[in-house]
Amino acid sequence: MMSKIRDFFNQGGLLLFALGRILAGIPIIIALTVLVFMATQALPGDAAVSYLANTATPERLAAIREQLNLDDPLWVQYFSWASDALRLDFGMTLTGETSVSAILGERIQNTLILMASSGIIAIPLSIVIGTYAAVRRGKIFDNVSSLVTLVLASLPEFVVAIFVVFLLATNIFQIFPAISFVEPGTLAWADPMSLVLPSLTLILAVTPYVSRIMRGSMIEVMESEYIQMARLKGLSERTVILRHALPNAIAPTIQVIALQLAWLAGGVVVVEAVFAYPGIGTVMIDSVKARDLPIVQAITLMIAALYVVLNILADIGTILSTPRLRTKHARKNDTSDVFAAMDGDQ
Amino acid sequence: MSVVKLSNVDIAITRGGIKIVEKISFEIQSGQILGLVGESGSGKTTVSMALLGHTRKGAVIESGSITIDGHEIVGADDKMLRSLRGGTIAYVPQDPGTALNPGLRIGRQILESLEKHQPDVDHEVHMARVREVLTEVALPSDTDFLRRYPHQLSGGQQQRVAIAIAFACRPKVIVCDEPTTGLDVTTQSKVLATIRALCREHGVAALYVSHDLAVVSELADDVAVMYAGRIVESGNRDEIFFNSIHPYTRRLIRALPDIAGRNQILGISGYAPMPWDRPSGCAFAPRCADAQSICSQSVPELTKISASHNVNCHRHKDSTKIVATARIERESISASAQPLLGINNLDGFYGSRQVLFDTNIHIQPGECVALVGESGSGKTTLSRCIGGLHDDYKGEISYFGNTLGKHALERKKEERRDIQYIFQSPYASINPRRPIGSTITRQLELFFGMKGSAADARVKELLDLVSLPHAIITSFPDQLSGGERQRVAIARALAAEPKLLVCDEITSALDVSVQASVIETLKNLQSSTSVAMLFVTHNLALTRSIANRVAVMRKGTIVEYGGLDEVFNSPKAEYTNRLLQHTPTLK
Repeated sequence: MMSKIRDFFNQGGLLLFALGRILAGIPIIIALTVLVFMATQALPGDAAVSYLANTATPERLAAIREQLNLDDPLWVQYFSWASDALRLDFGMTLTGETSVSAILGERIQNTLILMASSGIIAIPLSIVIGTYAAVRRGKIFDNVSSLVTLVLASLPEFVVAIFVVFLLATNIFQIFPAISFVEPGTLAWADPMSLVLPSLTLILAVTPYVSRIMRGSMIEVMESEYIQMARLKGLSERTVILRHALPNAIAPTIQVIALQLAWLAGGVVVVEAVFAYPGIGTVMIDSVKARDLPIVQAITLMIAALYVVLNILADIGTILSTPRLRTKHARKNDTSDVFAAMDGDQ
Repeated sequence: MSVVKLSNVDIAITRGGIKIVEKISFEIQSGQILGLVGESGSGKTTVSMALLGHTRKGAVIESGSITIDGHEIVGADDKMLRSLRGGTIAYVPQDPGTALNPGLRIGRQILESLEKHQPDVDHEVHMARVREVLTEVALPSDTDFLRRYPHQLSGGQQQRVAIAIAFACRPKVIVCDEPTTGLDVTTQSKVLATIRALCREHGVAALYVSHDLAVVSELADDVAVMYAGRIVESGNRDEIFFNSIHPYTRRLIRALPDIAGRNQILGISGYAPMPWDRPSGCAFAPRCADAQSICSQSVPELTKISASHNVNCHRHKDSTKIVATARIERESISASAQPLLGINNLDGFYGSRQVLFDTNIHIQPGECVALVGESGSGKTTLSRCIGGLHDDYKGEISYFGNTLGKHALERKKEERRDIQYIFQSPYASINPRRPIGSTITRQLELFFGMKGSAADARVKELLDLVSLPHAIITSFPDQLSGGERQRVAIARALAAEPKLLVCDEITSALDVSVQASVIETLKNLQSSTSVAMLFVTHNLALTRSIANRVAVMRKGTIVEYGGLDEVFNSPKAEYTNRLLQHTPTLK
């Protein structure tokens, strides 16, 4: 792995490629701001009307419109919002007490902690399950894991969450807290117990997809000729799987892992709500209820941006883990002598 | 002493017990090479894998004995097999492009065999051996080369790496499964020389599996011929190639394109049966011209002709000598003022890369011009230009004096009708969701507006022309063999009543006996319909059987262009000479 990372930075071509992908991400993010902005504009009435709802008086409407610059032309509104948003300044909440960034700052960290703790467990776990199921194809482990992952994949995550609470927090065992109470002003890892059930729910939601893809990819690799060749060299099955099969099977799985991680960012909203976990998910739901548009916009934009970032990372990861692609994007002088060698063979 | 000894080996499919191969017996002495010859489906690969104790999923060695250097393979446990594989007996795969791990550097792939089989030896000693074995197979051995990945090597180099892996641990036996199939003749001849030298020098016994008799005749000391899961004839090289008795062996030799002689190649009708529908009695009987009633009743016993020569044929006693060989009759076609097709000063490109340089070829009506070249020479690009499938070129292609549009869509309907293209792979070029009849009828409707019973009658005529039974009209492509599919592709092209057939490597996916019968079909068509052909191939020997004139192409340039005799007897280009020398042949 270290040598791969070293290669990566030695090869200017790859760095250029990565830079290209990041640059290509910028217009996508800008397009996202337009979409998010348009979506909130499409709601009936303006932000002020929907926020104040029954309590609207002409004076209060005017005040909020003033605060949000709702009387400006649309494009002026968009540019002032978008340019602030790109600097991570999402303005003030409609309650007018704090800035959106101040509310979200701590919450984002909590959500990232939750996503990271789920991802760190779910990804290696699914790789192990997928690999083992592929190796033991058609045996008990494969059949059972296929069935379990299929069931889990078809259940909505809130059902899984409720089941987890039922099993581990309330009715059967009472080991973990059913509600993740985190003191305001502290981060989630101050109380690791509160992380367990939300993470477990997310792990159960993500693992089925990734492990099934991993299993399929691994089965395909295990049937390739180079695996047969490795066996005919007399290598132990362990070496065949770990050295010859696994690295080749992981590359196609990376894209799915990235999509699943991105999905986590959305899935987290529901899961946080079930456990009352103080992340962006709960804020999102509260803000939707309160029709606090600046917060909704900020969170939507961040989740969408996360998709873009993870996809860029997945592309780079795929290239790093596939020598054929890695060398293609490497500097020219690394491949030029290959053609000379080919001529020598004729 | 026999390092390899097989006696009465049966390998069967676990479910249903259908035998893939039966009663396989042979021995190989150290330093000797046994050529195991057979067409697709004969079971030769199954036998070669069994030497390493490996069977395909769902198959099992049912009975018999296989000993490798004194160790019994049948029934041996995994640990025992692992210690033999790669150490005592090594394997050279057919396609190193898929058999080398794309994710590991080649140095590591050679090293790991050594680490596994000589665990007590120091790393430096192993590395020295890695470099030594690379030198033995004529590859660079510097660190930069060891750090390459397989995709950074050419096909020939990949195959050398695979051979280096096999020889790394100094095995007693090596099994080669058609290791030169994907290679150009010059590369092939070098790889074969390497294998031969290594076996001789180190006293390695080799099993060389191949469908290519010419290659085997150049390499092997002994030969065993397999058909439908059995060895039908075995003997030393001369016995098999010059005194063969079994009709299948003889016909196989007759199907071989001969670069030196002027013998017309002769195909074997039909195709080899799959394990589950092999006939009772002698499996070759349905395709055998000399079969009698006994042949379809009982399986012939092995008969000893000499100490080394064995044959399984009921008619071994009264089997006459090889059928008198028909010489190739070929009229020379004089250059007319107006050639059918003219390629004038054509430069072909892929974007900024030029792949064809100032190409000139003229094809007269009714003439067959062979375009010969190794992979990457540009021969397919040129034929695609003619077919209107590649339009990135400068220069002119004229049809009866009129310049053709570059892209097929820019050509007149008649021009498209008159120039028909037949593709290399009959597996990919026929719509799998249409019955054969409708595939052909479509052409008739498109070009002649022919429908209904008129079209049906014409389809039958076309099928007769390419010797296919009418029954296949309702079949789908996947119900046909490769040879049958290629005939369908030919019939489809003929439906347009073309003036020119562009045949792009159309026999390279086929067995030799099937290749020979497709060539026969084309020959007959040429004389009955006087269609002109551009016959593109990498096989110089094959052109002898079909072409009037030969163009040899190298790196996008035509280096030799002349009548058949001229090119073969007094080649002008050094490259043609090299091709002629390196093409394996029966000598």
